[in-house]
Order: sequence, then structure tokens, then C-alpha cells
Amino acid sequence: MAHTEWKDAPGLPDFSLLKRLARDQLIFLLEQLPGKKDLFIDADLMSPLDRIANVTILKQHEVDKLYKVELKPIVSSSDQLCFLIRPRIQTVKWISDLVNADKVAGRFRRYKIIFTPQKFYACETVLEEQGVYGDVTTDEWNFYILPLDDDILSLELPEFFRDNFLEGDQRWVTTAGSALRLLQSVYGSFSKVYGIGRCAKMVYESWRELMEDGEQRTRQPEFAKVFLVDRDVDFVTPLCSQVVYEGLVDDLFRIKCGSVEFGPDVTSSDKSIKVMLNSQDKVFSEIRNEHFSNVFGFLSQKAKNLQTAYDKRRGMDIQQMKAFVADELKGLKQEHRLLSLHIGASESMMKKKTKQDFQELLKTEHSLLEGFEIRECITYIEEHINRQVSMIDSLRLLCLLSITENGLLSKDYRSLKAQYLQSYGIEHLLTFANLRQLGLLEEQQAGETLTVMESKVGKLVNDKTVGKLTDAFSSLAKKSNFRALSKRLALVPKSGEEYDLRVPRDMAYVFSGAYIPLSCKLIEQVLERDGWTGMEEVTRMLNGQEFAVTGGSSSSEARSKTDAQRIVLVMFLGGCTFSEISALRFLGKERGCRFIVVTTAITNSSRLLEALLDNSA
Amino acid sequence: MTRAKPEDDEYWNSSKFKAFTFDDEDDEFSQLKESKRAVNSILVDEDEDEDDVERVSWSGEPVGSISWSVKETASSIRSGSEQSFPKIDTTPSLSKQGSGYSLSSLFKGNLHVFIYCFLAFSDTSFRTYAPELRKPKSDGKVIHMDMFTSAFKHLGSPFSLEKFRSLQDKLLLLDEAVAVYDGNVITAVLIFLKKSLSKEILFRELMARDVALRHYVHYLKEMGEQKLLLMHYKEHLNIKDEGRRRDFLKSCLSLPFSQDDATHVQDHYTLLERQIIIEASDKKADAEIFKKFPRKASILNMPIITTLYYSCFYHYGESEGTFSSPSNIRKTFRISEKQYILTALGARAKLKSWFDVDSLFNTKNWLGYTKKKSPIGFHRVVDILHKNSAPVQVLQEYVNLIDDPDLKLSGALKYKCHDVVINTYRDLKDRQQLIVYREKLERDSPEYRKIQELLNNVQIRWKN
Repeated sequence: MAHTEWKDAPGLPDFSLLKRLARDQLIFLLEQLPGKKDLFIDADLMSPLDRIANVTILKQHEVDKLYKVELKPIVSSSDQLCFLIRPRIQTVKWISDLVNADKVAGRFRRYKIIFTPQKFYACETVLEEQGVYGDVTTDEWNFYILPLDDDILSLELPEFFRDNFLEGDQRWVTTAGSALRLLQSVYGSFSKVYGIGRCAKMVYESWRELMEDGEQRTRQPEFAKVFLVDRDVDFVTPLCSQVVYEGLVDDLFRIKCGSVEFGPDVTSSDKSIKVMLNSQDKVFSEIRNEHFSNVFGFLSQKAKNLQTAYDKRRGMDIQQMKAFVADELKGLKQEHRLLSLHIGASESMMKKKTKQDFQELLKTEHSLLEGFEIRECITYIEEHINRQVSMIDSLRLLCLLSITENGLLSKDYRSLKAQYLQSYGIEHLLTFANLRQLGLLEEQQAGETLTVMESKVGKLVNDKTVGKLTDAFSSLAKKSNFRALSKRLALVPKSGEEYDLRVPRDMAYVFSGAYIPLSCKLIEQVLERDGWTGMEEVTRMLNGQEFAVTGGSSSSEARSKTDAQRIVLVMFLGGCTFSEISALRFLGKERGCRFIVVTTAITNSSRLLEALLDNSA
Repeated sequence: MTRAKPEDDEYWNSSKFKAFTFDDEDDEFSQLKESKRAVNSILVDEDEDEDDVERVSWSGEPVGSISWSVKETASSIRSGSEQSFPKIDTTPSLSKQGSGYSLSSLFKGNLHVFIYCFLAFSDTSFRTYAPELRKPKSDGKVIHMDMFTSAFKHLGSPFSLEKFRSLQDKLLLLDEAVAVYDGNVITAVLIFLKKSLSKEILFRELMARDVALRHYVHYLKEMGEQKLLLMHYKEHLNIKDEGRRRDFLKSCLSLPFSQDDATHVQDHYTLLERQIIIEASDKKADAEIFKKFPRKASILNMPIITTLYYSCFYHYGESEGTFSSPSNIRKTFRISEKQYILTALGARAKLKSWFDVDSLFNTKNWLGYTKKKSPIGFHRVVDILHKNSAPVQVLQEYVNLIDDPDLKLSGALKYKCHDVVINTYRDLKDRQQLIVYREKLERDSPEYRKIQELLNNVQIRWKN
């Protein structure tokens, strides 16, 4: 297990309880519809479901056939249809259509929708509007949290990011609050909550209200401190290329729900293999947090050790051989299998990375982070676009450029946008609008434009709203302030200094020593200071919304010495990357504490940007 | 939505609700409280996960025991007022907000977008309740049919949103919903307002309520009713037939886009129009090039640069007058020289037309000498040539043109341009490197012999 790596590390709570709770509620819900039934599952729920229940369990509860929701007409002869879905209007419309089609055909069935993690009023309104309310019964499966590993909990809600930050829809606020409450009721109360971001504040409030309304359960806490952070507090980190092993695997192969599919190029056979990547994998758990440049050396050392272990067989007598086969061989074989898999993966990653001139790409990223040779960076990005290589990478670099430079000069913005549209399709106009709205890719605004806008709008609406709008427009001037933040928090080490990646000296190692993730640096600072005191300038540059609150007058002193005080729950609202998780693991090791990451979903640059694309129907 | 039980006549009879006047403070206060209660009662799943932990008998599985153990431990340790966390101020102060949340970002820099958006809603057909869904109650007052269905959870709550009839009440309800942060509740109230207010009034009020407005816009978007400017344009993606898509794009031209975006939309229309023409003629084209390199896909709906590549591949050298010629495309879509050279280079190199490649870079000076010039670094040119498996002679010529000596040497080494490598080492007077390099070469190959000769040359003053 990973946490045996260093002495004195607090043990982690047993999160498998959460899986059992979820599974048992699901079983309970399935039993609410007795008899044989066909089950339709939302595509993105299949992997999470896989982690907590298997087909046998479903069959035991009279699920006859399993289907993936595809929003197409269905072929099912069952008299009972059960739908296990995320609360999405589109899916509910599809179900309503099915029901109405059955009605027309004079077919009688029973229908049940199980919304997870909760239902939304708007979905039920669809049922009502389509005239099937009552024909369809609805229920909720409060599957809020899926433990992905010893220290990673996921809400598996990638849409949280777009809904909350782009659309401004707060539908998931209570979900996040409920997830916190679930953790609290199973693992004990929190003594202190810190946070930054507008959504973080709302989630805190939602959790607090849920707690006040509900019955209070207090027990010896298994973690005491909680840190809530909005994804939009730090967009730079998830936009950087990942170079720690786990992050790189995620960037290149996409880890899905804690599992990855390695193709033939990795397995050096003709088939793909699905592998679970977590602390149970002995080889993986040792390399996951390592900078990629160390991984090869580590793996080859490991291979040599393995060879030595195998070689012990030589010169063994029968008895010894028997013991060897019984005790060691299985373990060795297992290790052998894992080792060859990760070696294959590393090779394949090397190949892919050399092909796309990874070094040059990294160099550009580092220059942007450092604010060095920006013109050259722009030229590089331009050529990247011109050559029509990876649409997402081009976008990623553009966004990095914009955030680190507080927006692009008007002429650069227009020219790069025009070239982007020429290379990747004009329909990306919509993507650009989204990126602009989110502040990811902006044109620098001249101060004058604001005033003109204000007076125009001012004429249009009545006096009362003018003030509000003026306020709103002043936020146009909002800057990412990355450069100033980076200076203040020393995120980018002075260039020219050697950085030994084998002996990392700070969290910057996750980006080759070029940059300490802003999100993690904030966490470090706040925990160190036990609050935001002394960080006023930083929070001002991050647009405020920070908080630090202590719960009640409880016996916090009595508990301060327990392990719980050294376990910190960090909740990322809008997603978190493996690089950030690695950085926090490093920080924990340094400070003798442990971090548990709760995230709405695991993200990376591709997922983040893909959520903002609007180039397909 | 929570609806009152049919027998719950409190609203109709009690004086408290008789008239929604705001004569004194007290009334307003109770009104506010009522909104708050109403809003809270829509918290559909309020007590749901409470149950999760307490459902001990789920299918008789041992799960229950988990919850029990949790609960028991809990109660044994519980102590009075512990765990009361303070409320924090979450009032969105607009000036502090991130751009992602402000009105401005929704209609950023685009006043006419806002106006368009406003107008677009005016023609959205308004959903009204069919009269048969309403049924007169004994006393003649109208009660919603749904009140008779018993399939709602909050039997305990006597509140129905239907009671909020004056605009003031409705807005109070909305503001209260926004104050509890729950997007689900906000949307619920908005759905009610949508049904009970005219869209003009609703929009007028929403304009001053940023959070609610964004929820509303998102809801309409999900319901497929939203007609924001860019969303309207986006609809073209749903149109399969290229002719209809083109016509749709044409209709978009009159929309009030920003000047910048208007150019792009115009380009989009022009592009598709040209692609349709090119596609129609190339589909039945029988020129040599089409036989030798049959088209793998149609050119319809491809990006501009892909279209340019296609035209450099199949229509190179056509006069500017034809729509399919590279020069026409280049001019129509204002393609930069750099971009043009990159694309043409890729296409001509793919066809191994090295002559065309050469002429892309040839410039004549005033004495009539040709010289090669490029808006992109020659190392990049070499890279592209190499990717298209150009022969060494071609590569060598371009490697020689690389300005930066380091890039030149690394390029020469990478692409095995022996002459360039050897000459570079010679110029650097680097004997050691030459010896090392010789070892990598085949014995008695011309390059090998060349190094041999150099090494034997006594006139060179080696630095090592």
C-alpha cells in the first residue's frame, strides 16, 4: 500500500464502506420493482456501476437484460423497464417518447426511472409535459461518491465543470454538499473548513444547512480538515502537459474510472488489456507519482531484481523448488506481468511523445509559465495551428498564453482566432465564445470600451439595474493575474537553477521543476497558516471568495493529537488532475500528513477543453 | 413541485393570504418567510439521504449494520451544540465575481446579442396549460389537476407555487430560491415563472438577476428552446443536407454578429458554397491525378486549410479564375503567406513534386539569380519534406539552407545528410567528430572516402 511508504503517516479511513452503502441502496431500489425487468444504464454510469456491483448482483435482483442508453428506439420484450440514469432532460425526453410509443402501440409496461445521484425538478417536469407523469415512477439512487483509490474519491460528474462554470447552473451545488455530508456522517465530523471560490462557498453553505436540518451525528472524526477549491481558481495547472507517470498515462491513454485500456502497441500482442490502476498494483503504486524521466530507470532496476529472483531457481533441489513455486512464483509472475505492461506503456508513451516533438511543446509551455520569449511562443503556437496538428493542443496553448499573459493583444487574438478557425473549422466560433466567457481565452480590453458599453446599456435598462450592470461590466476587467500570483507565491523557480527530478525538493517536480501547481500551493499555504491571514493580496488577485471557518466550540484540543488532524480532505469543484494529486501526496510526505482528494471528476487538459467545445451537433 | 393537498384550503380561506398587500413591514416579512418555506419545500430530496443511513433493513442485507454502527457510535459520542458551523456570507458581490458569473460575460461586449436574445424569446411559442387540465372546484376556484395525484413526496407541505400570483410575490420567491444556491430549486421556480408570466416581463426581471438568468438560459438550452445568437448559428450542425446547410448559413449572414464574427460566418457560407461546386465537379472528374490518387472522402464541410490542401493536391496550377484553384482559395479566405506555403508544401511533397516544392521558395533577385527564401524556418521545411519521405538530395539542399548552425547540424545528423555533416565538421575544424562520424558510415562509401581525404589533408589546421 502506498501509505506504508513513510513512517508516521496516519492511516486512511476505509472507503469501501461507501461502495457497500451505494450497492445496498441500489439493491433496495431494484427490489422496489419486483419481478423480472430490463435495465437501461446511462453510458457514463456503466464504469462507476462496475466498481460497486457486478452483473451477478443485478441478476440476483431480477434484472433480466442490460442495455446501454443510446437515445434510440429500443428492442425489449420485458414488461418492466428500469432506467438508471443521470438526471438529464434529453434522456428523460427519450424515455417519455418510449412510453408514449408504447401507449400508441397499446402495449402495457411498468417503467421506473432511477436518477442518480439525485433527481431534478426539470426532469420531472418533462415527464409531466409529455403526459407520462404517473406512468413512470421515479426514484433516487444517492450514489454520491465512488472511491477510486485509497486516497481518491470521485463524484464522477464531469458535467459539473461545464454546468457550473460555463452555464452558471448551480444544480450540482447540493450534490457536492450532500457528498460532504455523506462523508461526515460515515467518517465523522470536520473541525475546520477552508475554501476559495464562489462555488466552494455555496457548497459549504449547502452542506452546513443540510447538517443543521438533519440529525447530528458526531463521532471521533477520521479526518478533521477540509479544503474546498473551485476549478476556476486555477486553470493554469490543468492546462499543462502532465509529466508524472500517472498523469502522463491519463493524458495519453485516458484513465477511466480508475482503469485504463492498453492497446496492442503496449501489450505487444494483438489484443487490448484493461488494467486497474491503483495502489493495489505494486509496480504502478511505486511509479505513479514519479517524474517520467525516472520511470525507465526504475523499471529496468525492477526487471533486474525480478530476473535475480527467478534465477534463484537454478541450483535448487526439489524441495526448495517446491517451496519456491508455492510461495514466490505466483507473486513473481504477477509482478512480471505488471512490469512488462508498464514497460510497454512507457515505451509507447515515449514513441508518441517523440513523434509530436514533445520537447518543443514543453519548452513553449515552460516559457509561457515563466513569461519568457512570448513572441517566440506565439510563433510556435501559430505554426502549430497552421500545420493542423492536434486541435486540442493548439487550443490548450492558446489558453495558457491568454491566462499567463492576462489576455491576448487584440491583434494577436484576432489573427490567432482566424487562423484557428481556418485550420480546424469555422464552427469553433462557438468554442471561442465559451472560452471567452470562462475567461480562458480573452482579448485584452481597452479601458475605454467599458465605459462606452456601460452608457449604452445604461440607457436600455432602468436606474436600479444600472448600478448592478456597471458592477457586472467592471468584472470585464478581471484579470487572471497569473504573473503577479506566480511571483507572490513563488510558483516558478528561478530559471537556470538545476532541478534534480530524482530528489524533488518541492511540488514543482510534477512539472519538471518548472512550476508549482497554484491550487496545491494555496492549500499548502492555508494549512500552514491555519487560514488566509497574510495572504490578502493573493486572495484579492484571485477575486476573493476565500473563507476559513471553525466548527462549534467543540473539544478540538482533545482531538488535535489524533491522526485525524493530519488527514486533510481536499475537494476540487470542477475536477482535479493526477498531477495535482501527485503534488499533494508529495506535500503530505513532506508535512507528515495525508491528503484525501474528493473531486467532481478526474480531469486533464483534454477533458477540460473538450467540455467547452461546441463544434458538433 | 410541491402541491397542496386538495383538501388543503388554507390558502383560500385564511385571511393571512387574502390579499398580497405590502402595507407594512410585517406583511412583507411573513411573505418572505412564506417564500422561503415554499422554496425549501421544493428541496425535493431533503430527507432522502438521511434515509440512506437509516435504512437498516435494505433487503435484509448486512448493510443496515453499517448504518447502525454508524448511528450508534454517533449517538454515544454526541455532545450538545458541537459542530455548529457558522454561516458565511455568500452574497454574490458582483464586483468581486469572476467573469464566469457576470452578465457581462454572457453577452460580453455584444449589446446586440442581448437584444437579439430578448427578441428571440418573444417568438418562442408559449406553453399554456390546456383548459381540460384545469378543473373547477366546488366553489368555482381553479385548482390544478395535479393536486389530485398523490405521487408527491411532501405531503407535509401545504405550499404550492400556484399561490404566488402577484409579480412581487413571484420575484420574492425567485430571490429566495437564488439565496439557497440550489440550482434545482432555482430552475423549479423559473419553470413556474415561465408558465405564469409573459416572457417580456420575465425577461425584464431576469435581466437584473444574473444567477437566475443564467439558469433560465441553460434550462431553455437543454429544452431545445434557446435561440441565443451563436446557438442559432450552431443549428447548422444539425443540418445534414449540404444545400440546406448552405442556405441556412446564408440566412445567418443577416444576424447581428460582432464585426469579427460576421467575417467568419461569411467565410463559412462562402466556403461551403465553393465546396459544393468543387465537390460536384470533382466527383465525376477523370483527370489523371484523380485516377492516380482517388479521393478518400468528400471535401464538404472540411476546414478552410484542408480545402486549400485539397486544392493544392488536385488543382495545383489552375488559374485564379476557377473556384478550385489554390490561388483563388488563398485570396478569398485571406490566407497568410506562411500558412499557404506550409499547406502547399505539404501537398506537393506528398505528391513528390520536388520541382513544385522548389518553386515555392525560389525568388529571383535583381541580377536574375534565384535564391531560396521562406517565411517558415527551413528546419520546419526539412521536417515536412522528411515526413513525406523526400530523397536525401532534396533534403540535403534544404538542410543546407537552415540558418542556425546548431539546427543545421542536428537536422543533417537526423536526416543523414552526410555531406552537410562532413562539411560542417570540416568548417568547425573538428577532427574528432569527423573520426567518430566516419565510424558510422559504410566502409568505402563515397562519404567515407571523403572523410578519409579530409583527414589526410595536411593543409587543414584541426583544432583537435
